[in-house]
Amino acid sequence: MDLKPIAAAPTGAERAAVDALLGPPESGWVGGPRDVAVDGRSAHGGHAARGRRHLLLPALHAVQERVGWISPGALSYVCQRLTVPPADAYGVATFYALLSVEPRPPRVLHVCEDIACRCRGADELIAALEERVGPEGTVAPDGAATWLRSPCLGQCDRAPAALVADAGEGHGETVQAPASLDGLLGALAGGPLAPEPADPLPQQGEPGLRLLRRVGVVDPTSLDDYRAHGGYEALRRAIALGPEGVLREVVDAKVVGRGGAAFPMGRKWEAVARQPARPHYLVCNADESEPGTFKDRALIEGDPFALLEAMTICALATGCERGVVYLRGEYPRAHAVLGAAIEEARARGLLGEDVLGSGLAFDVEIRKGAGAYICGEETAIFESIEGYRGEPRSKPPFPVVEGLFGRPTVVNNVETLVNALEIVRLGGPAYAAIGTEGSTGPKLFCLSGHVARPGVYEVEFGTTLRELLELAGGVPDGRALQAVLLGGAAGGFVRPDELDLRLTFEDARAAGATLGSGVVMAFDDTVDLPRLLLRIAAFFRNESCGQCVPCRVGTVRQQEALARLVRGRPRGGVEAELALVAELGRCMRDASICGLGQTASSAIESAIGRLGVFAAANGGAG
Amino acid sequence: MSEARLLAPTRMVELEIDGRGVRVFEGETILDGCRRLGIETPTLCYGETLRPVNACRVCVVEVEGSRVLVPSCSRKAEQGMVVRTGTERVEHSRRLVLELLASSVDLSTAPAAPAYLERYAADPARFGPPAPPDPERDRKRAGHHVEPDGETAATVHAPVKVDNELYVRDYSKCILCYKCVDACGEQHQNTFAIAVAGRGFDARISTELVVELPESACVYCGNCIAVCPTGALMFRSEHELREAGAWDESRQTQTDTVCPYCGVGCTLTLHVQDDRIVRVGSPADHDITLGNLCVKGRFGFQHVQARDPDPDPA
Repeated sequence: MDLKPIAAAPTGAERAAVDALLGPPESGWVGGPRDVAVDGRSAHGGHAARGRRHLLLPALHAVQERVGWISPGALSYVCQRLTVPPADAYGVATFYALLSVEPRPPRVLHVCEDIACRCRGADELIAALEERVGPEGTVAPDGAATWLRSPCLGQCDRAPAALVADAGEGHGETVQAPASLDGLLGALAGGPLAPEPADPLPQQGEPGLRLLRRVGVVDPTSLDDYRAHGGYEALRRAIALGPEGVLREVVDAKVVGRGGAAFPMGRKWEAVARQPARPHYLVCNADESEPGTFKDRALIEGDPFALLEAMTICALATGCERGVVYLRGEYPRAHAVLGAAIEEARARGLLGEDVLGSGLAFDVEIRKGAGAYICGEETAIFESIEGYRGEPRSKPPFPVVEGLFGRPTVVNNVETLVNALEIVRLGGPAYAAIGTEGSTGPKLFCLSGHVARPGVYEVEFGTTLRELLELAGGVPDGRALQAVLLGGAAGGFVRPDELDLRLTFEDARAAGATLGSGVVMAFDDTVDLPRLLLRIAAFFRNESCGQCVPCRVGTVRQQEALARLVRGRPRGGVEAELALVAELGRCMRDASICGLGQTASSAIESAIGRLGVFAAANGGAG
Repeated sequence: MSEARLLAPTRMVELEIDGRGVRVFEGETILDGCRRLGIETPTLCYGETLRPVNACRVCVVEVEGSRVLVPSCSRKAEQGMVVRTGTERVEHSRRLVLELLASSVDLSTAPAAPAYLERYAADPARFGPPAPPDPERDRKRAGHHVEPDGETAATVHAPVKVDNELYVRDYSKCILCYKCVDACGEQHQNTFAIAVAGRGFDARISTELVVELPESACVYCGNCIAVCPTGALMFRSEHELREAGAWDESRQTQTDTVCPYCGVGCTLTLHVQDDRIVRVGSPADHDITLGNLCVKGRFGFQHVQARDPDPDPA
């Protein structure tokens, strides 16, 4: 490949940031100083440089974190180091919302404007910022900070939320939740940040918990504490059972994935274990970006070794040599906690060449997302890890056959994987006795919006929605419940008279709803539902990767139709607009490449069909 | 192709399309089966010489057992597959896809578009009048947009890029089929001058940092023009004639000849209007070129016309 470099040079800081990740350049051909005596007149080793393409996103992160944006010089240097064509790298850099190819101040406040935060004053917060500072992107007078609107930051239990990203020597991100206007204005003025408060853990220490047993109980930085609370017993048992034994237990447990698609975990593991092609990869999907979802964050922040142990059991059963945790970029605490846990586990022989002396070789690394909901899609996640734009692949081939780097890959959500501990501990049949016939095991739900005690709740499948809402203290301030969003933006609404719905996959399906990623977001009677729908539409428009027409244009047309309905200016009457929304939804559902487009209309259609939103306006117009 | 197949014999798979059995080679697609049966299937992002990206979704069909529609251009035929191409569900998605495209993209120079739009009774106007061009389109930030009021239908319209003597890029006409990117990249030219940048509705074809073509890696092979299905990429000669209202394909002839420059001997197809070459291509089914040329074959034709000086130099 003959690359034409960008005519710009990196600064010393940019070069150092990239070199810290990639090591010093090996020759003048890949970004080092040119010296004909050393480099010769022909380049070699291009394949090796290109073999590190998967480090493109980490390299872009390194620059962004060091100087706050990706300058032409920095982009040029990254391209030379990895032998990536500049146009290609530019396409990757512009795909992610947290990266910027335009100059940005070193401090950026990402202020959540999504639906859960709207229940807790995000609209007012943003309106106040607009009034006091200026529209998003306005740079503070001293040039050192700006603010931007952000989709859900996964801090819905402490809404409203903001994420402060500080670039520079001591770069880092800090969650401000709940965020206050004074706090944000102080941050914009370069002031110190409030320390991130602890997560509310409403069930902390309650007996009978399985997935959350240790969350809030053990010290997440201490491997010894983890072991004192039963940690690594499951792995020992798994080693004794052997790969086939573990697979049998997982199949017998009849457990399905918790990320939203509900695919049988045992079938996935078996399929990868049986693939002759090597190596096998394990990708842990921790990119939870579904508005209202924060359970994986709570698990990682509170019990990181549990995830590592579960991943090791999966690796043992499926023959994976490498695991990647794809963690969303907005989770700084989870990143720090998990990173430290990986180091510790490695140092203690629980990851590495010979895990627990069993002969199992398995190691884990974290890959940080950069602000793209779509990268939680099970094939887009591979593209992102490999250093490409996070565009979903066409299936088949499925990940179990051709996944990460074209190899058989297990891709499971964090919560799904953590269930492996309980399955191995109890045995498959005993695990299957938890919950219901069709939905086995414990389940985490993320309660947010208008509930008295938001947070992550663990219940057994079969609990009703009413019981769950009561667990969270119900609707506060004596207000009446208007609707519940179940399953997230890709899920659907249910009415207050449907609260006896049993939370199982089969009951949800029968009721025309979905559990999705476990979102339960309550809205009281003060919420302007049509405007909420408009925000959901905006979310999908923002997060569509743009690859296929139904989703790329359909999400825009859906938003435009809703905008007309909300503004009371329907074209051709409300009936006609609702028919148009239904048609768009049908096409996106039928013809989009991936699950994002296929579900981009489901919450909106359920609000129209189930809650009758816009029906009153319809009566008035008719 | 006339040459003998020297590969190991390929197995055949038998599938059913619209109630009729058809046999295709293993590895061939549903689209191949449709074509064998003479079932007209619309395609836009599909290119005969490129790996399918199945992005436009206009070729979708129903496959028994599949929850969603599947793109016929990329889905490999399987033994016993039952496919339906003429159902209401298929027609609905195809119509919507065409409406979504036609309401957001200028399809005026896309040869296939008018027939498709008519066949599926597409009504792109129902989304509202098109929004005006956006000069800032190249700088859109991923994950952000200005909230629309719904009074106009958003479009990809942006100013035409005329930054070199040989060809123009009018991304108002771009349906984002990825073909130019694939032709420029590893599938044909290995130049990698362009890529898809941005995200979602703001995704667009771009050079690095939106630099003009002469500053980019472009080598002016024009192989992107050859695969563009909508005329978004166009010979400057064609663009100028169209601007002047003088482009008239009924007055054009096409002549196949051999490129005079090097020993490869690529076939050139010269499109001639009023005794002047207005466009140069190569047949896509040509064994050697696959429709590709280099800058000399594609654009180096001025010497043929040099003996006929412009009668009106003003």
